[in-house]
Amino acid sequence: MTTTVSPPPERAPGRPRRRGRTTDRGFNRAFRWIAVGAGVLILAVLAAVAVFLLQQAWPALTAGSDELAASVPRYPDDTSLLEYVGPLVFGTLLAAALALALATPVAMGIALFISHYAPPRLSQVLGYLVDLLAAVPSVIYGLWGIFVLGPAALPVWEWLNSWFGWFPLFAGPVSPTSRVLATVAVVLAVMILPIITAVAREVFLQTPKLHEEAALALGATRWEMVRTAVLPFGRSGVISAAMLGLGRALGETMAVLMILSPGFLYSFKILDSSQQQTIAAYIALDFPEASGLAVNTLIATGLVLFVITLAVNMGARAIVARRKEFSGAN
Amino acid sequence: MSTATIPDPSGTTEATARTRAALTGADGARRRKDRTMTVLIWSAFVVAMAPLVSLIWTVLSNGAARISMDFLSLSMRNIFGGDPSGGIYHAIVGTLIITALATVISVPVGLLAAIYLVEYGKGVLARAVTFFVDVMTGIPSIVAGLFAVSLFTLFLGPGVRMGVIGAVALSVLMIPVVVRSCEEMLKLVPNELREASYALGVPKWLTIVKVVLRTSVAGLTTGILLAVARVIGETAPLLVTVGVTDSINFDPFEGRMMTLPVFAYRQYSQGQATCPGGESATCVADIAIQNAWGAALVLIVLVLALNLIGRLVNRWFSPKLR
Repeated sequence: MTTTVSPPPERAPGRPRRRGRTTDRGFNRAFRWIAVGAGVLILAVLAAVAVFLLQQAWPALTAGSDELAASVPRYPDDTSLLEYVGPLVFGTLLAAALALALATPVAMGIALFISHYAPPRLSQVLGYLVDLLAAVPSVIYGLWGIFVLGPAALPVWEWLNSWFGWFPLFAGPVSPTSRVLATVAVVLAVMILPIITAVAREVFLQTPKLHEEAALALGATRWEMVRTAVLPFGRSGVISAAMLGLGRALGETMAVLMILSPGFLYSFKILDSSQQQTIAAYIALDFPEASGLAVNTLIATGLVLFVITLAVNMGARAIVARRKEFSGAN
Repeated sequence: MSTATIPDPSGTTEATARTRAALTGADGARRRKDRTMTVLIWSAFVVAMAPLVSLIWTVLSNGAARISMDFLSLSMRNIFGGDPSGGIYHAIVGTLIITALATVISVPVGLLAAIYLVEYGKGVLARAVTFFVDVMTGIPSIVAGLFAVSLFTLFLGPGVRMGVIGAVALSVLMIPVVVRSCEEMLKLVPNELREASYALGVPKWLTIVKVVLRTSVAGLTTGILLAVARVIGETAPLLVTVGVTDSINFDPFEGRMMTLPVFAYRQYSQGQATCPGGESATCVADIAIQNAWGAALVLIVLVLALNLIGRLVNRWFSPKLR
């Protein structure tokens, strides 16, 4: 950028130019307020989501347990709303945690591959390919999971059960339908790969070049360079990426709804059917036929899901935001 | 940053070769580990591509047989059991109308919010908007659907199902995506262009409209197309807000509508049809599953086309800044 020194402005003698100190007038001001309004509107929408969900959930939150049992299908007698939502929250967390455990290592591998291993010319295209995974509609993941992945994974589940059956997660019996939480977890893992990869990739690419070159100059192999320079630098970024993935997995509906054969138990058996259910799938399954207090109950469970995902996402974003300010990259 | 090139001080190529041999050949274990990790990292990528390839192949091979002119131009009205003469026209219409409506709601809000963040944003409000836009991208789609239902229940009473509710639900999901991508694109516009415009005495709003938006229009189009691609496949919010129907409905403000993803789900959940007289031209037992795959194919073609067009628009029409 070149700067030229402008000559001092010439003023007509005795007639100082009077201009408003600000240009924030007329259209300028209107346009600015419209833009600010759009920003505020977004905050208002997020607040409205919370308020309206709470407002519609309120009848269920205040109703007695016998009242709920009378009007909500599949509501067991003598349980409070909290006890009722409990297994759903458990199932949601279990499915999301499994998906996260499967997806995070692979996503880190992909992110490293794109940022440090793949030929630089290809890396952008490879990034698009991974992003395509995020573009595939979830209902198609559901179809794929039930018709392709399920049958393909069944031998693996049986093998896991026969060798590691002593471990609570892999305890038998293995459902021959493959409509089990393990299959769901694999599909969810595929679905959250792109978001984890995208964030981790950004962070890995920000690693100061000098750190990498210093490591290489000290005789480090490429992996040692990655381990000593890239990974420590990107640790908090990877954590927040994983949390964002967790948020996605918690709220995913269709894949779970179509694949999982639901149950309402606090069960760790991920290879057996009719054990767990997630909040989102539960809502999607029952909402179309629900009426009256059942709708309010479903919205109350939705509110629980909203609060959980909001907490996870805010945590993740807070880590990212803090990292931006204090990272060594700038 | 640039690495200074240090000229080789003397012709001790032999010495450097020895040093190199000492450095690289000293530890076989380290090299093996490096190899192993390289293989693992390459295989991570292959592992991720396997589902994508398998999924696209499955949808293509299962859906292609069902695609025909009839399938694309007929609805499911008065189609029962294993009757294979129905189609997805009503679902295509519904998907296009609802997505278009969601786009009409989301793009102005998202674009203006992005303009606010890039051109005006300072202080607490801008930080809050940035933060909560990021948080909003993580709202589960079913929660967005429940929000739209709650909102409209308040005004129209319970049990109402219509297209515009689904469009509102989709915009809750779409707005943050639009803001994010538009913000990135507006940030790419060099400050020199803005300064040149101000120097000519052009007011700020006109600078934004005529210079900033004009420069980034290709990128903005890409961002919006990708956002549309993101929401066009949403199923859960439409399932709870728009409901299902077998007939064609062009009016998003009246009555239920069918959409492609919901259609695929409904057909899938119908399962096998019973054919009393055995399989024939008018009764195919697994027609529902075939319909689901057909709808999935149309949907994935739409999504991939939007993605592809989006990328190409950015590549071809974005101004060459340097």
